[in-house]
Amino acid sequence: MEMWYTEEQTKNVRFSIRCDKQKYSAQSDFQRIEIFSTPEFGDVLVLDDRIMLTENDEFVYHEMITHVPMAVNPSIKNVLVIGAGDGGTVRELCRYKTIENIDMVEIDRMVVDACKEFLPTVACRLDDLRVHVHIDDGLRFVRGVVNKYDLIIVDSTDPIGPGEGLFTAEFYGNCYKALNDEGILVNQHESPFYRTYAKAMKQAHRKILQFFPVVKVYQAHIPTYPSGHWLFGFASKRYHPLHDLDEGKWNRLGIDTKYYNTRLHKGCFALPTYVTKQLMESE
Amino acid sequence: MKLSQSRAPVFEALEEYRENRIVSFDVPGHKQGKGNPELTEFLGKQCMSVDVNSMKPLDNLCHPVSVIKEAEELMADAFGAEHAFFMVNGTSSAVQAMVMSVCKRGDKIIMPRNVHRSSINALIVCGAVPVYVNPGVNKQLGIPLGMSVEAIRSAIAEHPDAKAIIVNNPTYYGVCSNLREIVRIAHQAGMKVLVDEAHGTHFYFGDYMPLSAMSVGADMAAVSMHKTGGSLTQSSALLMGKDVSEGYVRQIINLTQTTSASYLLLASLDISRKNLALNGKKIFERVTSLASYGRQEINKIGGFYAFSRELINGDTIFDFDPTKISVHTRDIGLAGIEVYDILRDKYEIQIEFGDIGNILAIVSVGDKLLNIERLISALSEVKRLYSKDSAGMLDHEYIEPVVVCSPQEAFYADKKQLPLRETLGKVCAEFVMCYPPGIPILAPGERITKDALEYIIYAKAKGCNLTGAEDINTEKINVMTES
Repeated sequence: MEMWYTEEQTKNVRFSIRCDKQKYSAQSDFQRIEIFSTPEFGDVLVLDDRIMLTENDEFVYHEMITHVPMAVNPSIKNVLVIGAGDGGTVRELCRYKTIENIDMVEIDRMVVDACKEFLPTVACRLDDLRVHVHIDDGLRFVRGVVNKYDLIIVDSTDPIGPGEGLFTAEFYGNCYKALNDEGILVNQHESPFYRTYAKAMKQAHRKILQFFPVVKVYQAHIPTYPSGHWLFGFASKRYHPLHDLDEGKWNRLGIDTKYYNTRLHKGCFALPTYVTKQLMESE
Repeated sequence: MKLSQSRAPVFEALEEYRENRIVSFDVPGHKQGKGNPELTEFLGKQCMSVDVNSMKPLDNLCHPVSVIKEAEELMADAFGAEHAFFMVNGTSSAVQAMVMSVCKRGDKIIMPRNVHRSSINALIVCGAVPVYVNPGVNKQLGIPLGMSVEAIRSAIAEHPDAKAIIVNNPTYYGVCSNLREIVRIAHQAGMKVLVDEAHGTHFYFGDYMPLSAMSVGADMAAVSMHKTGGSLTQSSALLMGKDVSEGYVRQIINLTQTTSASYLLLASLDISRKNLALNGKKIFERVTSLASYGRQEINKIGGFYAFSRELINGDTIFDFDPTKISVHTRDIGLAGIEVYDILRDKYEIQIEFGDIGNILAIVSVGDKLLNIERLISALSEVKRLYSKDSAGMLDHEYIEPVVVCSPQEAFYADKKQLPLRETLGKVCAEFVMCYPPGIPILAPGERITKDALEYIIYAKAKGCNLTGAEDINTEKINVMTES
């Protein structure tokens, strides 16, 4: 029997991966959670019919969402991660000995539990002593925090479903408030290619611009995400992602990466013309 | 035999109609959507296929004998009423039917001044004369309250010939009067009690809710199923108590009701009633807990005051609707309408209304916690980014209406249009109100006072949407020529 996972990336585009077997399937209070094993991508985590990660390409996403801000300010000590129930972002952060505290706020406990059991290569550092997992709504969590974090990483699902609140002006404004004077906000910024994703991308960009003096966008290539071309937002109260990059300092840390390097860091903010145009439209 | 609440006769008849694949040579002309592909694409085939006309198997709202009759009986049963009418012209039409069923030209009717415009509209149509009772104002919040029993008692004593009393249950803000006592003294004086329950559907289903009209023996109640009960916009119910003639009320309804009632609206009433009857208790328990969580968190922000049952005073605030999120905003230096605009323009959050000092968010069967979190977080941001000094903001005072003649007389009188500022002392010949909430600042037949003019000018400056006047910009007001 052939078994394929097919994702409707847009109304008119489908993306399929052959599956060996289904490892986990459950409905939580917030979403449908599935984990399949596949010959091409290894184990795949799917939430509400959207691929969140695959074992074989998750390194791109998780390295890019963490090492870019960490290389700009390697003395970051206190980090808030919102979403990220799979643990991939936390795994990358835990590679920095200098980080003292990581608060991770995930709304869905079942995602965390499922990933710990079935995706150990991703969720492996969730038990690190510096990591504090809070099962809560990110929007609610950040509302009560003032001037506390050096870095906030928004590792969310798409803006439809439980991640919706994490694409709102009230959320970005509250993040601004929760960051200290040197704070950096990095968020997964959707894709510029398909129309609905591009719309979410532009809206997020416009909203973040209201609050932060430095707002830049960078890109990565993630094979299993719609169009493969994915963006991240870098917003900060003080640091410029290129001018303040200290290549030597980061390289001396000796962190072994598969995708990220400081040369790529300098290139990833150079965006295709059509993307630059879209961003300018929303400014 | 009594039907079970798990039935939905209109809905079931429509399903059967669809399965029978009837060839239609009747209206509507789109013929199950085939004649209007773009609309069908937009609304869906399912929807268009049951947008049909009255016919034998589907009954007729003007004269129900089969499935609509059964559905109305189920509605009555679910609400504890003697009879229920499905209404398709909005709750406004239900309110008007109530008034016109008990009043004729020249009859008096006692009502609080903070009624919805639909009540006073009914007076323009039927010629009855309002006797206004001052509902009182909470000074701190600037919200009109419920009528006190004492005020009603004296209105009854002064106007023993009045035919009926209209009561809001609750007001837009969630305030309830002592309805049981009002019904008792009104009936003693031979007056009917008509209850505007546009915002009270859930009182019939949830636990720990304020008392509903039917439960305390009121004569009629207009219930907006669509507001908090989940049916389609414009669908509503008119409930009857014991001593009202069903046949006469139907005649009154049919004076103004469409003869082509929408089956989409009727089916939505039928299905929503079923859902409320079967699951209402659970649903409104959830709604209440969402709203009270919302109020709690909003009050933690500081500066905002999300008020509720702590205001209860045994009389003008006899009870308070726990599902409402009413928030006083003046202490952060913003008018409610300003917060309302910021929420929509900057945060993509649409709330029910904002007035001079408050905003109102409606929480209902369709809400989820994530959205409440958004509202709370947005309000905390509004405070952080927009709050200012509250000095110089207008206090809302009750504007005592000076009734010179009946709304009908004023509306149809010889009139002229005058610039707002030149109308002081004249008799108003039309409505002026902010919409929402749709409570008139001036109604036809009232003397235009300095307080009313100042309020209108202030509300305009703060960005309220003023409606009711013939001049769409409310720069001029129609006044009676005589005055």
